[in-house]
Amino acid sequence: MGLKIGKPGLLTTVQDLGRYGYQRQGVVVGGAMDKVALRIANLLVGNVEGAAALEISMQGPEIQFEEDTVFALGGADLSASINGKPVRLWRPVLVKSGSILRFGKPRYGNYTYLAVAGGINVPVVMGSRATYLHAGLGGLEGRALRSGDRLPLGASSETNRQILSALLLRDKKEADFAEVQWSPEPELLPGYAPNPVLRARGHLEYNWFSESSREYIWHQKYKLLPQSDRMGYRLQGTTLALDEEREMLSTAMSFGTVQVPPQGNPIILMADAQTTGGYPRMIQIITADLPRLAQVQPGGLIRFEDVSLEEAQRLYYQQEKRMLALRQAIHYKLTHV
Amino acid sequence: MPELIQNPPLLLCPVGDNAVALLFGETISADIHRRILAVAQALEQQPFDGLVESVPAFTSLTVYYDPWVLSRQGTLDAYSEAVRLLGNLVEQAQEMQPEPARVVELPVVYGGTFGPDLEEVAAHAGLSAEEVIQIHSNGSYQVYMIGFAPGFSYLGGMDERLVAPRKAKPREKVPAGSVGIAGTQTGVYSVSTPGGWQLIGRTPLQLFNPNRKTPSLLQAGDRVRFVPITPEEFLAIEEEQAWG
Repeated sequence: MGLKIGKPGLLTTVQDLGRYGYQRQGVVVGGAMDKVALRIANLLVGNVEGAAALEISMQGPEIQFEEDTVFALGGADLSASINGKPVRLWRPVLVKSGSILRFGKPRYGNYTYLAVAGGINVPVVMGSRATYLHAGLGGLEGRALRSGDRLPLGASSETNRQILSALLLRDKKEADFAEVQWSPEPELLPGYAPNPVLRARGHLEYNWFSESSREYIWHQKYKLLPQSDRMGYRLQGTTLALDEEREMLSTAMSFGTVQVPPQGNPIILMADAQTTGGYPRMIQIITADLPRLAQVQPGGLIRFEDVSLEEAQRLYYQQEKRMLALRQAIHYKLTHV
Repeated sequence: MPELIQNPPLLLCPVGDNAVALLFGETISADIHRRILAVAQALEQQPFDGLVESVPAFTSLTVYYDPWVLSRQGTLDAYSEAVRLLGNLVEQAQEMQPEPARVVELPVVYGGTFGPDLEEVAAHAGLSAEEVIQIHSNGSYQVYMIGFAPGFSYLGGMDERLVAPRKAKPREKVPAGSVGIAGTQTGVYSVSTPGGWQLIGRTPLQLFNPNRKTPSLLQAGDRVRFVPITPEEFLAIEEEQAWG
């Protein structure tokens, strides 16, 4: 009992907040591309923030619920529907056993998260349930989901049950699903944009780049290419060059590092960023802007804005304060129905 | 904004908003590497609240932290806290006795289907295949760092006579365990991937196994020796491993 996959979609994987402590053994952090969306979707169904959920990209899968299930969708809007009726993002939904969740035309973003009460219960590998495709680790047998796969769900917690009873109050016998009428205030959600300005800071090799390259990176727009994936987002625009040829020793890289290979088009390392690499690192996108980065669709234009460390930290603290506010708001809704 | 620690010289630099890079120098050396590992070890023994993990490389140690936890939920400056705590740790690390390096022996079948480029490497070096095997297996190699792929080690200390260029056309699939040479470097493919190194042999040992407590066989700081074996021994070791 749990979820059954019909059509698998373009790329559907089990993800959580990633695998920590193994980078020195060459194992990527991985986890959700948009970690804030995964965290919020989990909170909405009463899970812990880091519970395993499905990461669904662009062309979504068909998923059948094999039992009455509470779920929430967060992140990209991929025109989700249940048995043909549209279902909204960012709120808990109770769906009847046998119902089928489908996705349609992507309205915005790349990745949406399906969190289910109890979480997706695949084995924990090296401290995480996240799927790392390149090494065949974690998730369901280390791979993307296929037609016919079945995913078991974890046991329900007290909070899961509170949300279930809140939804049961609204349940009408004939409906296939019930949604709550509330949703987090838009200010509490990531502000996705198709052509965002992403804030960043100069990286350790920043000064290796020519003066004109250092101008371009903050003033030119860079287009996201379709050859982008969970490892890296490839950009195209005014090419960037070093002042002079320099020997670079392999060193640490992470989600948000913008590296520049010799041909001069930057690559932003994403959730499955290699732990170390040998291309000069020009800038690092601030942590608070990574969710917005993850949801930029191919063809989208990105501009970078230089911010101070203090500002970057302040924006991150704000994000975490929003998560706290959200936890409190959800708790309030559940105890004051 | 980098902070300088004077003696021995060390630079602390912010990376993005969630890491500090400790820069120990600009050239690869055993001494620098020892100091990097001493700090990594001190961090492991005395982790601070908010520490995520640290990644040693040739001349640097990158320390990742959670700014929200380290700043006590936004009430302190996370970076200043990280620099303060790391400064203390660096001082303590200097006093620490370094752990003696672990020596890991890797059995290797050289040449044939196990090392299809052995002859090419030998021809390039103006040596016989036997001489290449002898030189390669006589060396003792330092594991500087693990990266690029799970369990992939960057080894230092190869004899300069064995220097060989990468393959003009990378192979689409190099089997896990393949021992290769690229330029002045030698290394072992930990997982099966595409790759352009000259392959001179293969070890039956699993360099990476997610089901082990420590998945990567090699760790930064280890010393590696290659021990020539026969194809029969290769199969025997492989079988033994399969039975756990």
